[in-house]
Amino acid sequence: MITLNHYLMLGSILFVIGLFGALAKKNAIAVLMGIELMLNAVNINLAAFNRFLNPDKVVGLVFAIFVIVVAAVEVAVGLAIAINLYRQRLNTNVDEADWLKW
Amino acid sequence: MGSALTLVAFWVLFALIVASALAVVFLRNIVHSALYLVLSFIGVAGIYILLEAEFLAAVQVLVYVGAVSVLLIFGVMLTRRGNIRQSNLFNGFAPAAGVVSLALGVLIILALARTPAGPPFSTWPADTVGALAEAFLGPFVVPFEIAAILLLVGIIGAILIAREVKENK
Repeated sequence: MITLNHYLMLGSILFVIGLFGALAKKNAIAVLMGIELMLNAVNINLAAFNRFLNPDKVVGLVFAIFVIVVAAVEVAVGLAIAINLYRQRLNTNVDEADWLKW
Repeated sequence: MGSALTLVAFWVLFALIVASALAVVFLRNIVHSALYLVLSFIGVAGIYILLEAEFLAAVQVLVYVGAVSVLLIFGVMLTRRGNIRQSNLFNGFAPAAGVVSLALGVLIILALARTPAGPPFSTWPADTVGALAEAFLGPFVVPFEIAAILLLVGIIGAILIAREVKENK
């Protein structure tokens, strides 16, 4: 019997893996991949909560679709920044992107 | 759908998602990471089908598998430099990031273990697409329009940022 907690466990494991990827990677595009994994984990949680706890409304699915829209915009702008970074520095290493550091 | 079949499908998808997410983070070649990311997105779409949210699964396949991963691979190809086999390394914060992520994971799993199991799978409108359409054009019409504006602003912003700057002569 698969309960809500199984889906929450899947979501939390995926979120933690994505968090590690977003924090520990050197390449800016790999950081974006980690963020995408985290957003997917959140979407699993939203859909599962909606399905198990409030099945007569589809509010969780609506929120998940908004998250997908914002994720698409975020990856487009993030890649534009990564490409611009590459143009200036000839790499996408986030360790070296410290122009704003005082 | 039979209960045993759901059980098997859930654990197969669980293993697929977690294994490919780990591959995304731990492989050293960023092209392989991007391909495993696609596999992970497809597994999440399968989870949506198990949750009987078929429209969300279709959106997941269209937007994530179709658009976001292609955009990421496009970015990889545009910014490639040096040895591709060493293109996805860890930065200096990897040990600290590992401790933080592991601690957060243990915390969430402990909290989940103490949570009583929620209500069982109840009935769900067979026509989620219709319900979603009514929600989008009813109570959520303002966020829906703002999302459209956000997409437009995002596209213009991406073009402006990625545009090649002509040097003044």
